[in-house]
Amino acid sequence: MGSPVSFDYAPAPESRAVISIKPKYGHFIGGKFVAGSKHFPTINPATEEVLSQIALAGKAEVDAAVKAARKAYTTTWSKMSGKERGKYLFRIARILQERAREFAVLETLDNGKPIRESRDVDIPLAAAHFFYHAGWADKLEFAGLGTSTKPHGVAGQIIPWNFPLLMLAWKIAPALAAGNTVVLKPAESTSLTALLFAEVCQQAELPAGVVNIVTGDGSTGALIVNHPGIDKIAFTGSTEVGKIIARAVAPTHKSVTLELGGKAANIIFEDAAIDEAIEGIVNGIFFNQGHVCCAGSRLILQENIAEEVLEKLKKRMSKIRMGDPMDKNTDLGAINSKEQLLKIRELSASGDAEGAQRWTAPCELPAKGFWFAPTIFTGITQSHRIAREEIFGPVLSVLTFRTPQEGIDKANNTPFGLSAGIWSEKGSRIFWASQQLRAGVIWANTFNKFDPTSPFGGYKESGWGREGGRHGLSAYLKGVGHE
Amino acid sequence: MSFYGLVDGSEASLKNYLGSLSGVDQVGADERAAMLATRSIKTTSKRWAIDTAISMVDLTTLEGADTPGKVQALCTKAVRPDPTDSSVPSVGAICVYNDMVAVARKHLDLVGGAHVGVAAVSTAFPSGRASMPVKIQDTRDALDAGASEIDMVIDRGAFLSGDYIGVFNEIVQIRELCGTRAHLKVIFETGELVTYDNVRKASFLAMAAGADFIKTSTGKIAPAATAPVVLVMLEAVRDFYQMTQSRIGVKPAGGIRNTKDAIKQLVLVNEIAGPEWLTPSLFRIGASALLNDLLMQRMKLDDGYYASPAYVTID
Amino acid sequence: MSNRIDVKKTYKLFINGAFPRTESGRTYEIKSAKGVFIANPCLASRKDLKDAVVAARAAQSSWNKASAYNKGQILYRIAEMLEGRRAQFVDEIVLVTGATKSKAEKEVTDSVDRLVWYAGWSDKLSSLSGALNPVAGPYYNFTVPESMGVIAAIAPEVPSLLGLIEAIAPIIVGGNTIVVLASTKAPLSAMSFAEVIATSDVPAGVINILTGKKDEIAPWMASHMDIDGFDISGLAAKSHGAIRIAGAENLKRIYSFKSANPGRILAYLEDKTVWHPIGL
Repeated sequence: MGSPVSFDYAPAPESRAVISIKPKYGHFIGGKFVAGSKHFPTINPATEEVLSQIALAGKAEVDAAVKAARKAYTTTWSKMSGKERGKYLFRIARILQERAREFAVLETLDNGKPIRESRDVDIPLAAAHFFYHAGWADKLEFAGLGTSTKPHGVAGQIIPWNFPLLMLAWKIAPALAAGNTVVLKPAESTSLTALLFAEVCQQAELPAGVVNIVTGDGSTGALIVNHPGIDKIAFTGSTEVGKIIARAVAPTHKSVTLELGGKAANIIFEDAAIDEAIEGIVNGIFFNQGHVCCAGSRLILQENIAEEVLEKLKKRMSKIRMGDPMDKNTDLGAINSKEQLLKIRELSASGDAEGAQRWTAPCELPAKGFWFAPTIFTGITQSHRIAREEIFGPVLSVLTFRTPQEGIDKANNTPFGLSAGIWSEKGSRIFWASQQLRAGVIWANTFNKFDPTSPFGGYKESGWGREGGRHGLSAYLKGVGHE
Repeated sequence: MSFYGLVDGSEASLKNYLGSLSGVDQVGADERAAMLATRSIKTTSKRWAIDTAISMVDLTTLEGADTPGKVQALCTKAVRPDPTDSSVPSVGAICVYNDMVAVARKHLDLVGGAHVGVAAVSTAFPSGRASMPVKIQDTRDALDAGASEIDMVIDRGAFLSGDYIGVFNEIVQIRELCGTRAHLKVIFETGELVTYDNVRKASFLAMAAGADFIKTSTGKIAPAATAPVVLVMLEAVRDFYQMTQSRIGVKPAGGIRNTKDAIKQLVLVNEIAGPEWLTPSLFRIGASALLNDLLMQRMKLDDGYYASPAYVTID
Repeated sequence: MSNRIDVKKTYKLFINGAFPRTESGRTYEIKSAKGVFIANPCLASRKDLKDAVVAARAAQSSWNKASAYNKGQILYRIAEMLEGRRAQFVDEIVLVTGATKSKAEKEVTDSVDRLVWYAGWSDKLSSLSGALNPVAGPYYNFTVPESMGVIAAIAPEVPSLLGLIEAIAPIIVGGNTIVVLASTKAPLSAMSFAEVIATSDVPAGVINILTGKKDEIAPWMASHMDIDGFDISGLAAKSHGAIRIAGAENLKRIYSFKSANPGRILAYLEDKTVWHPIGL
């Protein structure tokens, strides 16, 4: 037994038996599932298997959803006391906990993310968001400076495909707690957990029309954004679409919050706890396949430790287990769509073309589905496209700095400002750097942590407003003194 | 002694060497260990892991009530953990107090266990509070009685008071005493060192001083071999290998009571230090009750149903 | 009747602590409420705006770093200086707007008091708008309001002094720097207020004041990519839509307010949340 051996973990797949996917889905309007007219397929990105047919909402469906939301707002929801509203949210939180396994499996199938993440992060956090906001419903008068206790009315909410149920929770929980009713559109490629959530609303006996879910693509989203019956738009997605929405609602009375892109810097100082920093780098860029708006996609290393860190990082990346998202031992799942895979490939190719050095962790790509192996680019400067544009994939750009100020300057040299990471064992340096960084969320000696009590959102082109905490709630209440 | 060229034996060089180590963030280390604990090991991998874990067990009895009879029974079990199944490997070693070394060695040889080593706890185990001549004599007794492995404790008081050179010199002296006769395992009692920074520092100190193995605990103090402490020590041996091309072993001891715990330890070894460490010559698990749980889980894999303690021996 | 010819003031812009003329050489005529010529203030150009933004950006970091106590004292100092020059401001308001003396006096009084009110906010913002967030894990997590950067503002036509102060004070109290366009019809208050600022320990570039046409300058402000926020309270509602569309290019935070309130300060602050592990 003296020679090295290999410890190959046998496959440990989560069972699919816990869920049943219908061959075809409609919309959830006015408390009922209604048939759609046109449909498009939703697939499992890990296998390209068609999971179901999703309805494409057009004008009629969006009108019906907005009408149902308005009716629920005027006749029921705005008349109900905060105390009673809160109880519905508590119910939803509990049902999400009860059906967590179902949601995790469905999320992983539809999205491609590892079951470990949907099970340990997405679904528990979604339930926690409802639980947290439930308690706000009867305490709006304490919700802080500069806000009233009045909701906007009907909120139109458009969410992305990277954390489908969690983003739904981030949107619906505060909206309902504040007294709004909602029309929500999940992302085109990940509608299934939102439709399962509609069942949860039914089980919770939520009054009809308080939550309406219409599925579709960007055209459905545009119908929501431009609908005159909507008072508030909340969007999470790309900066490009965020700007389109900002322009679309500019001449209207609609209030808007936007959670958009990022190109977060993860700054490693020479005195960092290196092994934990390596974990932070890995978690920062490879969590959820890098499909995270706050992903630490720019590693900014103090030059005197760069070599050591990169060597350790590459070894650590070689341990990343990529493959079947349903396997409990999988660390890196499938890229959510072919379209996204092509974007990642294109931007990575620009790194090659611009003379950066590509290193890819040795791992076998499954034959079917959409995959991209964990990759880092070294020899990157601020001028490389790959250091500036959001890649939204498992690709890390590595830059170096000589002095703390230079590190901060490079970190801030971007139109984005969503998040940043700092690694140092020196307290005063942590506080100095966190003050200097122009980003809404600073993770010091950690990365990619989320909590319903913790406001999340960015500076500059990373969006408008916050989600989570007291600050996030205020986005669903009218401002005091605003025109 | 050369100390791998890392220190020259002076206090200044030791301080400089230990001062160059990066810190350990406790929360980050805890999270990494917790994440690795979610690895799910099934079927053939589980079978392999159980047999590997059995071969890594340092089957231990360290009681005031230990008698030759008790130690002999343990030795028989160490050689053939499951008398009904000869495919079960022997454990790595027997671990006893030094007055039981001769008994253990003799009985092991008698029952066909010449390949199973005898480890003696030493240097005023478990507290390490005695004069150096006493510690040296303690070790010498064990070696003379036939111990092939010495599990020495460090002086935690000296370590916590900053007397790193004192701790270093003790290890160096015991190492010299062991010579080629025995492997040296250095026990930190991580439950008393408390911080992961200290665990990392003690690891590098002991390795430079000549330890063949670094060991978490005596088994007398809780917490003992927690997953994050083992993780920090595995990172240390991995980094030390990078610096010196020498592989130092790791021995968690205390608190590893069932198969699930043992497999988690193997996952840590695999993912942190690497598969090269997945051998009894570089990884041991100090335990007593663990062995029977490993045997029962092994039966379950073979038979497809859960075993009863009645079918494993209580020695 | 005296034969003395009085010395009239040349009204200029206020950029980076100095009083330059507009680089464009353009001016416009303002007359008193009774139709008598008063002055030829500058018609600020796009280049003047650019210069003002450069000055504001350069000043922002150190203004932001100034302690809350220091910022509060500087705002209070502005109030002190204004109080000392009450008569001049009253005269100018009466002259330009034709307001009664008592109405003008009230406006100046309100202006001084409003500055004092905002001065007091500087060291309360973090405790009232910040938070310690009880996250479910071993992390210390807090949210603090931080300055947004360079903010542009359009002051309302009237009240020309109070409206200007209502534009400036809430924006700078939290650490932002500002480029503000004064009342077009009644710019005297603004240009005299610049003299107050110049003698109030306000670092150069923190407050920059332009005069000119709203329809011309507001779109330039909206599309300027180095302006982070825009207060359009002084702009007619009918042009808000177009301004917001132009501002979307860099997702400027654009707001309009009706009254003095702390929300006006918070609108131009960013909430920054910091996480750190709690461990040994």
